[in-house]
Amino acid sequence: MKRIVTATVINQSGVLNRITGLMTKRQFNIESITVGHTEKEGVSKMTFVVNVDDNAKIEQLIKQLNKQVDVLKVTDITDQAIVVRELALIKVISNAQIRSEISGIIEPFRASIIDVSRESITVQVTGNSDKIEAILDLLRPYGIKEMVRTGITAFPRGSQKSVTDLKQYSILN
Amino acid sequence: MRAKAKPEAEAVTAEMTGADVLIHSLKKENVDVLFGYPGGAVLPIYDALYRSPIKHILSKHEQGSIHAAEGYARVSGKPGVVIATSGPGATNLVTGITDAMMDSLPLVIFTGQVASTVIGTDAFQEADIMGITAPITKHNYQVRDVQDLPRIIKEAFHIATTGRPGPVLVDIPKDVANKTISPDYDSTIHLPGYQPTFSPNILQIKKLADAVGAAKKPVILAGAGVLHANAGKELVAFSEKHRIPVINTLLGLGSYPGNHPLFLGMGGMHGTYTANMALYECDLLISIGARFDDRLTGNLEHFAIHATVAHIDVDPAEIGKNVPTQIPIVSDAREALKKLLEIESPLPDTEEWRKKLTQNSEDFPLWKKVSTTEFLPQRVVELVHEYTKGDAIITTDVGQHQMWAAQYYAFADANRWVTSGGLGTMGFGFPSAIGAQLAFPEQTVVSLTGDGGFQMTLQELSTLQELNLPVKVVIMNNQTLGMVRQWQEAFYEERYSQSLIPVQPDFVKLGEAYGIKSFKVTNEEEAKAVFEEAFSHREPVLIDCRVSGKENVYPMIAPGKGLHQMIGVKP
Repeated sequence: MKRIVTATVINQSGVLNRITGLMTKRQFNIESITVGHTEKEGVSKMTFVVNVDDNAKIEQLIKQLNKQVDVLKVTDITDQAIVVRELALIKVISNAQIRSEISGIIEPFRASIIDVSRESITVQVTGNSDKIEAILDLLRPYGIKEMVRTGITAFPRGSQKSVTDLKQYSILN
Repeated sequence: MRAKAKPEAEAVTAEMTGADVLIHSLKKENVDVLFGYPGGAVLPIYDALYRSPIKHILSKHEQGSIHAAEGYARVSGKPGVVIATSGPGATNLVTGITDAMMDSLPLVIFTGQVASTVIGTDAFQEADIMGITAPITKHNYQVRDVQDLPRIIKEAFHIATTGRPGPVLVDIPKDVANKTISPDYDSTIHLPGYQPTFSPNILQIKKLADAVGAAKKPVILAGAGVLHANAGKELVAFSEKHRIPVINTLLGLGSYPGNHPLFLGMGGMHGTYTANMALYECDLLISIGARFDDRLTGNLEHFAIHATVAHIDVDPAEIGKNVPTQIPIVSDAREALKKLLEIESPLPDTEEWRKKLTQNSEDFPLWKKVSTTEFLPQRVVELVHEYTKGDAIITTDVGQHQMWAAQYYAFADANRWVTSGGLGTMGFGFPSAIGAQLAFPEQTVVSLTGDGGFQMTLQELSTLQELNLPVKVVIMNNQTLGMVRQWQEAFYEERYSQSLIPVQPDFVKLGEAYGIKSFKVTNEEEAKAVFEEAFSHREPVLIDCRVSGKENVYPMIAPGKGLHQMIGVKP
């Protein structure tokens, strides 16, 4: 099962190495990882998506991460009401004729075209992973020349009324 | 003759180099002995050491330094401090650092590094020791700014010695050691991400007390955490109060008196039948400061399957890692036991259980061959026990001799047992004996070693010669890599691939080359005479005991089997 884990860390050199090394050593598969500064100076936040077999494994990961001296806090936020965003850049093969067609496809996704050349356009889209998968599905028939994704970054919503978070009850997940 | 040295930099306020700051900080941490080896990148540090009164033990290989520091740390409880140079000096420490990490030994290791300006250029004697040691240290630092040095050293000692002890490495580039500053020693430790739990959650303690009261077949598994926490007395009091039998892990030996009527012996792969069956059949397992290593548990599918498992450990990550735990208690072992002793709870009725265990011990005691012609290795351990009155510090490597020492020495007291458990390091025993002897100069220290392991670090005979420490090196020489041979016999149809070593150095001449009194004994009578002599003088002695090469360690749990599937429980 996929779990989203965030770790607040002191921004020391080597901390990323320690954490990814730990995950390799303990045989955790990192699906994606993002790191960046937070509102506090010297403190960074990492967001991992990991694939684990069971709850015991994820508990072990959190405990091992917590043992690191430069790690301040580790949370498995998968089951909380969270805001999740990922950015993708998609270079789609497109000549002038079908440019507007693509533009129409991506419009409902609130994606934007950020680069245009004679043979291709580059689409930028942000959202949760499902949304990005959906737009990729629609663009694939046109031919995707290149695609990069940032991996997700996330944190809990301001209020934790989980009833409003319908995603948890979706049968698709 | 010593060249005229600069006067020691005592005044703290004056300008001093990073190297002087390091030495001064070591004094502030009450370090009385350093284990190390000089080299290019640590020249400034060794220059500062030249004008310092701190004792420095020069090994003959950095691995000797770090194993000595481990031995020192294991018996004294104080951090072992190591210095090595950059590149090969640092990489030669890697085995020892990993060993200390696995067996939770407090070490603070200082490595030199090439100058900051050339780090990352593949400079002469450069190694990425930060990257190399990240997974094998509790924490590591590279000092980028000399002003941080006093704080980093303070933090390094704090991290190494608190919570679950472990090795901390501080990498110091040469220019940082040379740079002059006015140090600020008053910087307080600020480690918001490092807050080890010390005291137990009282609700969990109550839960455990209730479980103890209700148990019919309780057993305690005591590991090295009991030794680290100095909780031996409390453990005895708790087990006696509730009349709960006690099993030791390999590394926990000595945390419970080996001759106590409630003691069942060591558990695990070569543990006693009684201990392993107790672990299999118990209805309440209280693990204290043990981490359920695979060599202890055997196949986890069969481990303590009828039991409620309570796990007291200072490291929360160990709880539930291998064995599902119903009563987790994150705590220092001593604190938890003290709280348990304070609680009034019903005493369990364990009489029937203990009767059964006693019966097991009588029916299936540890056994060995009786022979009038062969010199059996187990007898060496028994003789060492006899001639040291069971009160020596014993150090070992890994393998058959280690298991026989664990089985037959019956450690009555804490901190007498220095062995490489988790990593299973050959070559650990002899240098660690030197470190242990330095910690306790008056104690008898015996390096019980095999002919294989001894040859991995025997260069330290030179260190022993120089220090003239009364370490007794007892080589249980069976001319084989015994445990490898045993497994080849049992699981590889007696194909003894590279495990028989009939061609050996003359260990007596070898010892004598280092000026150490050396003997060879080939039977019990000779051994007795030599031991009598060796253990009555305070001087280093090497004894090459030519024991039978065909003995196997029994009983045994074959790999993949459960604790109840022991083989070789009877002759």
